[in-house]
Amino acid sequence: MSKDVPPSINEKAFLLSALISRQRLDSRSPHDIRTTRILLGPQPGHAEVRLGKTRVTANVSCEIVRPRANAPTEGALLFTTDFSPMASPAFGDGPGGGGGSGGDEILIARVLERALRGSRAVDTEGLCIVAGEKVWQIKVDVRVIDHEGNIVDCACIAAVAALMHFKRPDVTVLGEDVTIHSTSERNPIPLTLHHVPICVTFAFFNQGMLQVVDPNLLEEQCAEGDMTFVVNRHGDVCTLSKAGGVAVEAGQVIHCARIAAAKAEEVTDMIKAALEKAAVKEPKVAIV
Amino acid sequence: MAARLEIVSPEGLRVDGRRPAEVRRVLTRTGVLSQADGSAYIEQGNTKCLAAVYGPREPVKRAGVLHDRATINVEYNVSSFSSGERRAKLRRDRKLLEIGLMIKQTFETVVATTSFPRSEIDIYLQILQTDGGAVHTAINAATLALIDAGIPMTDYVCACSAGFVNDQAILDLNFLEESADVPTLTVALLPKSGKISMLGLESRLHIDKLEPVIALASDGCMQMKDTLDEAIRISTRNLAKTVLH
Repeated sequence: MSKDVPPSINEKAFLLSALISRQRLDSRSPHDIRTTRILLGPQPGHAEVRLGKTRVTANVSCEIVRPRANAPTEGALLFTTDFSPMASPAFGDGPGGGGGSGGDEILIARVLERALRGSRAVDTEGLCIVAGEKVWQIKVDVRVIDHEGNIVDCACIAAVAALMHFKRPDVTVLGEDVTIHSTSERNPIPLTLHHVPICVTFAFFNQGMLQVVDPNLLEEQCAEGDMTFVVNRHGDVCTLSKAGGVAVEAGQVIHCARIAAAKAEEVTDMIKAALEKAAVKEPKVAIV
Repeated sequence: MAARLEIVSPEGLRVDGRRPAEVRRVLTRTGVLSQADGSAYIEQGNTKCLAAVYGPREPVKRAGVLHDRATINVEYNVSSFSSGERRAKLRRDRKLLEIGLMIKQTFETVVATTSFPRSEIDIYLQILQTDGGAVHTAINAATLALIDAGIPMTDYVCACSAGFVNDQAILDLNFLEESADVPTLTVALLPKSGKISMLGLESRLHIDKLEPVIALASDGCMQMKDTLDEAIRISTRNLAKTVLH
C-alpha cells in the first residue's frame, strides 16, 4: 500500500506481542476468518460480499461475441477489477483501476484471474452457441467498495458467488438462425461450474514463524509477507501464490495448505447456503 | 502437439532424455554488459535470460524515494521473438507486471536495502528465448547480476520449478512439459536457511502432492545454488587475477 499512512511503531509492537500470545486484535483466533456475509441478487449475477468490514461487489453480465480463431468452440471469460479510491487512500484514482498506483492491485487482479480462469472453474465450452461464429462472453466486474484488509479473498468469494448465481438467457439454434429467448419467455440457464475455487490468504509475522488467516488491514500492513492459496473442496490447490516477502519453511506451506482446504470447505458451504436463500426469494418468471 | 504426450516414458525418461529429478544444463556468465553495474547471462536448457542491475543510485523519479531504505525496481520483459510464434509485445501486460512484482518482493527481503537509504536499485530482466521455466531462470539471473554489481545480500536466491505427472514429481520443466497441462510449481528458496521465499503455482495440484513437489523443487534450488556459487567464484577469481597482475 503505497500512499497509505503506515501504522505507528507502537501499534505494530502491540499487534505482534498479541500475536505471539496467540491473540488477535479483533479477538479472532489465528485461524479464523472474519464474519462473512454474502448477499445475492436481486438481479442474477450480482453479489455483494462482506468479510468483516471489507466489502466487494461482483457483477456478471454476458453478451454474444465471435470466438477467437484458435479456440472456435470456447466462450470467453473476462475479468475487470476496479479499486476505486473510495475504498482506501492507498488506491490511486488513475483510469483503468487495476493499473493504479500500487502493485497490489495487479497482484490481486491476477490472483483472481488465475483462480477462476486458470483453474478452469467455468465450463467455457458450454458457452458455445455456433462453433467459430457465436459464443457467450461472460464478464465479471469486481469492484472494491471498502478496504479493511484481505481484498483477494473477499473478491474471490464475490466473483464465485456471482458466477454461481448468474443465469444466461436460453438460446435455440435452428440451422443458421439463433434465437435468444428473453427471461420471460424461457427460464434462463445457470453457468456450469466444474468446481468452486476459494481464496485463502495467510499473513506471516515474527520472521515467518507466525501465521494468521484472513488478515485485516492493520495485520496486512504489519505483515512481513503473505501467501494466497486457491483451493476447492476436493483438496485441489488451484493457485498458490507467494510473492516474495519473508521466507518460510516448506512444512509451514503444507500446514497452511491444509488449513486453507478446511477454510475452503467452510466458505463453499456459506456460498451454497446464500444461493439457496436467494433461490427461495427469486420469483419464478416463466412457465416451465 | 499430440493429445496425450508421454511426459515420462515407461523407461523413466522424459521428452528431452532427462530423468524425472534432473535439471537441465545450466550455463552462466557474469559481467556481460559494459554500462550496467552488474550483469549476468544465464541459460537453463534452451531458456535464456539476460539481467542487468543498476544501482544503488540516485532515484530517477522522486516519488519512489524511501527515506530509510533503497527501493528495488524490477522490469521483467519477454522478447517478442522468444517463443515459436512471434508475439507483439504488450507494453503493460499484467502477467509480466505481476512476475516483475513477485521478483521485486522476493529480492526486497534478501538485499540489504537499509544500507542505502534514499536510493534505488534497478533490475532489468530480458528473456531472450523461452523453453519453460522463464520465471525461475530470471530469478537466478537477477541473483547473479546483483552479486556481480556488488550489492550486499544476506543470501543467494535460487529458483527452480517442479511439476507432478504420472504419480511422480519432475524437476525443471521444459516448454513441452509445461504446455502439456502438467501442474508447475515455481519455488524461490534461500539456500542458507532452506526457507521458501517465493511460490507460484498455476494449475491444479492435489494437496497431498504438494509436499513431494515442493521437496523436489527445493532440491533443484539447492543444485542451482551450487551452480550459481561456482559461477561467482570463477568470476571473482578472474577479477582477482586482473587486479594482481
